[in-house]
Parts: sequence; structure tokens; C-alpha cells
Amino acid sequence: MTLKRAAAITGIGELKPTRNPDGKTTLGIMAEVSRLAMLDAGLEPKDVDGLLIGPPIVEMVPMWPSVLGEYLGVHPRYSNVVDIGGASAAGMVWRAAAAIAAGHCRAALCVTGEASDVETFYSPRARRRSQLPYREFEVPYGPMGVNSGYALIAQRHMFEYGTTSRQLAKIAADQRTNACANPDALFFDQPITIDDVLDSPLVVDPLHLLEIVMPCTGGAAFVVVSPEAARQSPRPPVWLLGAAEYATHMMLSQAPDITTSPIAVTAPKAFQTAGVSPEDVDLVSVYDCYTITVLITLEDAGFCPKGGGGPFVAEHDLTYRGDLPLNTHGGQLSFGQPGLAGGASHVTEAVRQLQGRAGSRQVPNCELAFVNGNGGVMSEQASLVLGR
Amino acid sequence: MAGEEYRKPLPQPSETSRPFWQGTQARELRLQQCRDCGKRIFYPRAICPFCLSEHLDWVVATGKGKVYSYTVVRRAMHPAFQEDVPYVLAIVELDEGPRLTTNIVGVGPEDVRVDMPVQAAYDDVTPDITLLNFEPLLGPEMN
Repeated sequence: MTLKRAAAITGIGELKPTRNPDGKTTLGIMAEVSRLAMLDAGLEPKDVDGLLIGPPIVEMVPMWPSVLGEYLGVHPRYSNVVDIGGASAAGMVWRAAAAIAAGHCRAALCVTGEASDVETFYSPRARRRSQLPYREFEVPYGPMGVNSGYALIAQRHMFEYGTTSRQLAKIAADQRTNACANPDALFFDQPITIDDVLDSPLVVDPLHLLEIVMPCTGGAAFVVVSPEAARQSPRPPVWLLGAAEYATHMMLSQAPDITTSPIAVTAPKAFQTAGVSPEDVDLVSVYDCYTITVLITLEDAGFCPKGGGGPFVAEHDLTYRGDLPLNTHGGQLSFGQPGLAGGASHVTEAVRQLQGRAGSRQVPNCELAFVNGNGGVMSEQASLVLGR
Repeated sequence: MAGEEYRKPLPQPSETSRPFWQGTQARELRLQQCRDCGKRIFYPRAICPFCLSEHLDWVVATGKGKVYSYTVVRRAMHPAFQEDVPYVLAIVELDEGPRLTTNIVGVGPEDVRVDMPVQAAYDDVTPDITLLNFEPLLGPEMN
């Protein structure tokens, strides 16, 4: 397949350059040109499902697509930051076309913007702090990073569905059992019980210390190759069978529904593409920054009914020898969270299990894995189905 | 604040958001409403996220709502909040629809509940900035 005639540009938006920002913010500028481009193309925010950003040079902040998407009311199924300097805009064109050709989005908005002047640009120390909505409308109220966001999610889930701390603690305890079979885990050889989790200090109600991921140092990488190259591989190829992505907010207060995540959109699509369903899955390898993240993922991915996650995790054995093997490397809660490599650990563990080289924690006859990556406060989700 | 220097992070109002912060100083909770599609919008924007209109009017909300969810922060991330722990961070859903992040004040952390009716409470933290908190709703609904 080539990208010849795979996509076309149908609208543009551009501002006349000025010597200095004149009170404009980077976000404001990006929103303004986005509006112009959408109007030019005859589109509304709900029509746009891809969002690519060439990141502003003087305002490096994480997760630009969620920030701009939230501001514009755009919920992308394909997000990307294309950071190849002056080539970024051209780079966005073909990346958008590739995503469209692959069926991941139909209308991709590609955005650049900069609020700068000569002095700011050449003087790193003069770079001002980003003026983003969360700095103005969340930070002054003292959030505990994303910890408090997930606590708010857990509290609301308890209110709506009667979920208990004991049910959530079961997830942490089972994953620790898995870590005790993984010599590479940060908490290898340190088993814990449900009561240990409940007896650990409340940090941000209702979350206890042992329900919260620990930042650490580490790294992970993987190689994705063509089918031709896969056939030459010394190890059994692990095939991508289905994938989907969706993002709905940056600040939790802006989430359409804080107890139902975008996984309710991404997982069904990934399963549909793969032609399988949750009951076919041999391994669940899903992002677990907090216990509540796992519970909501299981619900939204269809492993149990919505709201039924608490009883579900209590009734099922989530260890590598259980009836629903989940985060067999220990999950980030027990393996550790080395930055973005924490999310990558769910991919690498799925590959190990599918290739049959997970050692003493190997899941027998592991042929199909569900992998989920989660960003922000359950803001952006990418679901994968991987198989042999 | 009794002359003490305020050490917590402060909002930096932009051209777009300034009417909101002028509103809190005047004890008013101001929201934007789109003149074209009628939707109410929070946080303040230059563009309607529903229809792309640039015609957004400011309206005064009732200041009433319910606790959508809350948490008790027992370890502060920003050092200036350490003296306040434990304190309540919450999302409040306004009667007008939009949700926002805030603190629940005037009640102990152990007495806050999801769905509890609340009303706006204003805190003049500096001469220029008044933060929007919420406190339990006083009135017949509480009886």
C-alpha cells in the first residue's frame, strides 16, 4: 500500500505573523488557527477525530493533544506530536494520511503555533511558564498531581457502584503475587496481603499508599517490523491484531463521565478489528498507575459489566496461575513505573508471554493478549490486541 | 490573609478568563454562554467548543451545585499546601451543568459526601485574586 491519493487537504487557517505575542498565549493561537481551518473545511469539532501537533518551541509541555483537544471540543481517535523541527508540518501531512488510510480517523487537524519574540526565543531563562487551563483552574486548589485525580475517580465509582477499598486492594495484592514470580520487579520477593494494602496509609482518600504507583528509573523498547521481516525473525512474531485510540479531556473536571473511560470506545474497536472478544483473551496486560485504573479498564473493555468490576476482581484470581492472568510482570504497581517505560512494560510483558518466555510466571498456552495504555487522568487511551 | 505573603500557586488571568476572576472578586460565579448554540461553558475560552462560535457572553450562575466527587489530600505535592493537610479537593457540578475543580471549605473532611449540595464561597487570597471555593449549602435543603 502507498499513500497515493490516500488523503487530501481541504481547509487551512493561518495568522498574520506579529513581532511579539501581544498578550496572546500559545494555546490561544493554536485554538484560533484550528477554528479557522475547521471553518475553512466546513467541519465542526465533533467531525474532527485526528489531532496532530507540531509542539511550540518556547512552551514545552506534556500532552499537547489533550490540552488542545479539550479546549476545542475535539475528541481524537488518533493523537500525535510530530517533533521534527521545521519538517513537522510536512511530516504531519503524511502521518495524517497514513492514519486515515489505516482507518483510524477520517478528519485529522494538524496544528502549529508559537507565542514568541526575539528576546524570548534566544533567552531560555526568559521562557515563561505555560498559561494552560489546568494551571489557572486546578493548580491553585492544591491537587496532588494525578494522584488526586484518580482518587476522585475512585470515590465517584464507590458512590455510583458500591465498589469497596477491599475489592481494589485485591488487585494490588494479586499483582504483587505476580511480581514475586518476576525477579526483575522492583518489589520482587516482598509479598503483600489485602490487609497490608488496607493498613497502608491513606494518602489521598480513598487511595492507600500501596494502591499508588511508585516512580523509578528504567527503560523499555520494542521493534515493530513488516510482515516480510517478521518471517525472518529468530523469535515467534507477535502480531498486532487490533488497535484503537481515543482521548476526551485533559482536566478530570472536563471528562464527559469520570467513571467510564475512553476505553469503552477503544477496546471494543480493537477487539472488533481482531475478530475476538474479551472471553478469548489469555492475558490482560493493562495500565495500572492505581488500582482503580485496572478496575475501570476491566469494565470498559468488557471483561465484566459496567459497575461490576469490584465483585469481578474479588471473584477472579488475577495471578499468573489464575483464571484471569493480569499484569503478570507485577504491573507498574509492583514492577515499578520508570516514566513512560512503565506503560511500555505492558507491551513487553505481553510479548514475553505470547512468545512463551515468561519463565516461572508463564501463562500456559498464551495465544491472545489484551494490552491497554492510559494517559493523564484516564484521559487518553490506546488499546491493542496482540496474538501469535 | 493578615498581611502574610501568599505562597501557593496563583492563577494568571488571561484576556479571555479575566471576567471570571473579576466575578469572583465581586462574589459572582460567572460562566460563559454561547450566543449561537446556547451551551454554557467552563473553563473560559475564546471559542465555543461545541460550535466554534466566537460570540460568548458572560452570565452569572447561581453559585449552587453538588459535590460530584471529592478526595482528602493527606500529603501535599506543593509545599505551600502542607500546612493545610488534610484538605478536601473536589469536583463540583454546578446546577447550570459545567463541572469545576475546587476546595470544599467550612466543613471537616470527614463530613463531606458525594452528591452533597454546596454553594460558592469566595476567598480573597491576594488583593488581585479571589479563589472560588464551595461550602455546604445553607438553607431548607439541608433540613
